[in-house]
Amino acid sequence: MAKKIVALVLAGGQGTRLGLLTDELAKPAVPFGGKYRIIDFALSNCVNSGIYAVGVLTQYRPHALSRHIGIGRPWDLDRKDGGVVVLPPFIAMDNSNWYKGTANAVYQNIDFVDSYDPEVVVILSGDHIYSMDYNEMIDYHLSKGADGTVACMRVPVSEAYRFGMMITDFDNRITDFQEKPQKPRSDLASLGIYVFNWKFLKERLIEDESEAESENDFGKNVLPRIVEKEYGSLYAFVFEGYWRDVGTLESLWESNIELTRPIPPLNLHDPSWRFYTQTEEYLPAYVGTSSHVRNSLINEGAEIYGRVESSVVFQGVHIGEGSVVRNSVIMTNTKIGRNVTIDRAIVGENSFISDDCVVGYGEEVPHESQPHIYNSGLTVVGSDAVLPSGIKIGRNSAIGNFVRERDFSGDVPGGKTVLSH
Amino acid sequence: MKVLGIILAGGRGEYLGPLTQVRTSAALPVFGKYRSIDFTLSNMMNAGISKVGIITQYSPRSLMDHIGSGKEWDLDRKQGGLFILQPYYSPYNPSIGYKGTADAIFQNINILRRGNEDYVLIGSGDHIFKTDLTQIFKYHVDTGSDITVLTGSNMSECTSGSSSYVKCSQGRIIDWREGEDEEVDRSEFNHSALGLYFMNKFLLRELLYSTVPNGQNELVKGVMIPNLSSMNVREYQYNGYWRDIKRSKYCYYKTNMDILNPDIRRELFYENGRVSTKLKDLPPPKITGTAYISDSVIADGCVIGGKLQGSVLFRDTKVMAGANVKNSVLLEGCMVEEGAYIENVILDKYCIVRSGRSFVGESAEPTVIEKHGVI
Repeated sequence: MAKKIVALVLAGGQGTRLGLLTDELAKPAVPFGGKYRIIDFALSNCVNSGIYAVGVLTQYRPHALSRHIGIGRPWDLDRKDGGVVVLPPFIAMDNSNWYKGTANAVYQNIDFVDSYDPEVVVILSGDHIYSMDYNEMIDYHLSKGADGTVACMRVPVSEAYRFGMMITDFDNRITDFQEKPQKPRSDLASLGIYVFNWKFLKERLIEDESEAESENDFGKNVLPRIVEKEYGSLYAFVFEGYWRDVGTLESLWESNIELTRPIPPLNLHDPSWRFYTQTEEYLPAYVGTSSHVRNSLINEGAEIYGRVESSVVFQGVHIGEGSVVRNSVIMTNTKIGRNVTIDRAIVGENSFISDDCVVGYGEEVPHESQPHIYNSGLTVVGSDAVLPSGIKIGRNSAIGNFVRERDFSGDVPGGKTVLSH
Repeated sequence: MKVLGIILAGGRGEYLGPLTQVRTSAALPVFGKYRSIDFTLSNMMNAGISKVGIITQYSPRSLMDHIGSGKEWDLDRKQGGLFILQPYYSPYNPSIGYKGTADAIFQNINILRRGNEDYVLIGSGDHIFKTDLTQIFKYHVDTGSDITVLTGSNMSECTSGSSSYVKCSQGRIIDWREGEDEEVDRSEFNHSALGLYFMNKFLLRELLYSTVPNGQNELVKGVMIPNLSSMNVREYQYNGYWRDIKRSKYCYYKTNMDILNPDIRRELFYENGRVSTKLKDLPPPKITGTAYISDSVIADGCVIGGKLQGSVLFRDTKVMAGANVKNSVLLEGCMVEEGAYIENVILDKYCIVRSGRSFVGESAEPTVIEKHGVI
C-alpha cells in the first residue's frame, strides 16, 4: 500500500514576506521551534504517515535546504526502495525551464512520479508548520471516490482574504473557488495540501501546460478548471488539527512563541508523532546561577547566564550575564553579550550581539520602505550579523545579514533598514 | 593515519551497584545525553581512525543499542568501519567468554592479521577524556617506541580504574606495578598508567601469540610488564581532564557534575573536535512559568516546571511545578512529581519520585535508585 503513494513537497518558494530571513535560503529551510526547519514538519508527517517515496521540489536558494535534507537519514528516508529525492529544475531535450508555478513544477517531474507508478500522489507545501496524518485524508479521498481532494481548514470570515476559499455542496464536493476574496462565500480555506489520483492529475497537468495563458498554479488554474469543465470530482477534506502558515514575520514569530505556552497547540512531545530534523550535535543546555528562565524553550548547546522570558532559544545560543531576552526568537549559534536587552525580536543564525545593545525599543514606527514586511513591532536581525556594543535598534527595523560595525552610523531608530555594504 | 582502534568495553564496573547491573560500564550514561564510550569513540573519529573493534562481554544490550551501525562516529563503512567483538563459542574455544583483556584480543586475533594498519590504539570504553590523539600517535612514531603508554601525575581518586603505577627513566618505563594489593613506593612510581596504548600491530600480535597460550590473560600484567626490559616502552604524559567513572558511585556522580564547570565543558565539548552520540531528535527542553533553574544542565525532551539547582538532567526528564531537585543526577525519562524533594540522588532511567515524597542522600556517597524505581 505504502509503495503506491508518492508525496511531492513543493519547497521552491522564496517567502518574500519573511524579509531578510529568506535572503540566503528558501522558506522551507527557515529555522523554526528551537531546532527544526520548516520543511521538517511536512517530511516528518510523510514518514509518520508511512509515505516513504518523497520528492522535494527546490528552486529558490536551495543550498541550505539540500544540505539539510541530505540523503534523508533523519527521517529514515535513506532507503533502497523509495526514499527522498531532491528535484531541482533541470534541462532536457524538449524543455529547459525554471518551475513556472506549482503545477508546472509537478508537470516537469511527471517522469519521476511515473517511475513509482503510484495510484495516488500527495502534493504538499514545504512552507507550513502542521501535524497531519495523511492517511486520514487519503482514506477520505478513496472513500469519496474522488479524483482530487483538497485539505481545508475553517477560518474566520475576516481571515478569508488571505486564502483560496473552497465553496462546497452538502457532501463537501467542491463546486466553486474564490481566490483571496473580500466577500467570501465559504469558510473553508485551502491549506495547499492535495491528494490526487495520479492518472487523473497527469492528464490535467499536460492539459494545463498547453494553455498559453495559464500561470501553471494549482490553486489558480488547475483546480478551478477541473470544476469548471467538470473533468472530475474534487472534494474538500476538513482538517481540524494544528496548521500554521508562517509566511509572514509576525506569523513565524507567533508560531514560535506559541510553543512556549503551558500547553502549546502543537505537541512536539508526542512519541507516536515525532518531528525529526537534521540534529546538530550539541551538549545539553546549561542554565547558570545568575540566570532566570521562564516560559521558554532552551535548546541544546545553549549557555544561559541572563534572563529569558517567553522566548525560543535555538541550539548553541549563549546569553551573557545581565542580559534580558523577552518575547523573542534567537536562532542557532547566535551569541549575546552582557547587559543586552532584546524584546520582541527575531535574531538569525550565527549573529553576534555585543554588550549593552538594545534590540527592540521605543514606539512602533511604520517601516520606511517595506511596511508590508517589517511590521507588528518586530525587530529583525539577520544571520551572521555583528552588532557593535551599545547600539540601539528600534522596533520595525531590519538589520541585514552579514552587517558589521562599519555599516552602522549610530543607533537605529524604528522602521529603518541597515544593510551590509 | 593507519591505526586500528580497539576499545575494551566488556567490563562490569562492580562498584556502581544498580547502575551497572543493567549495563556495562562503557554504556553508563554521562553528561545528559552521552554514554561513556562516546568519548573514546569520538576521539578516535576526530583522529581519523576509521576501523574500530569494540570488545564486549558483560551485559552489552544497551551498548549495542547505542552504537548501532557506528554511523554517528563515521564507522558505517565498506572499508573498515565497526567490528563488534563479542565472546563466542567454537570448536577451538569450547568455554565461552574472555578470561582477560589479552585473551579477548587474542580470541579475535584475525582483526590483527587482516587489514593494512601498522599500528593499534587500545583504549577503554569507560574513560572520559577529550584529546587530539594524533599528537600522541606522532610522539609514538617520532620516538620509535614499541609501546606508548598514556600516563598522568597528580591524578584524583576518580582518575584510573585499576591501580597501575609506572616508574620512568627519561620517558622510558622501566618498571610497572599493577593491582590493588601491591605495595608501591609512590615516590618512585609517581605516574599512573591511564589505560590507553599505542603500539605496533605486528608486535602486539607476536606478543599475544607468545603469552596468551601460556596462560597470561591480562594485557598489562601478563603481556606488557613481563616484556618491559626487552622493549622500548615509553610514557606520554597527559595533563588534561581524565576520569574513570566506574571507580565508585561517588566518582560517577562527581564526573557527571563536572559538566557544570565551564572549564571542563570547554575542554570536553568545544576543543579538539566534537563528541558524537546516538541522536534521538527529542523536542527542545521546555521551561515553564513556574520554574526556577540555577547551575544545571538540561538535555532535549525535558520539561521543567519546578526548582532545579546544581543538577544534571538527562533526556526526556520531567520536573513538575513545585518539585525541588538539588545536586542530583536524573537519567533519561525520569519524573519528579509536584511537591517532591530530592537531594544528592542518582535516579537511573525511568524513575518516578511521587508527589510529596522527599529523599536526601549523602553527598559523599549519593544514593542510586535503580532503573524503573519509584520513590
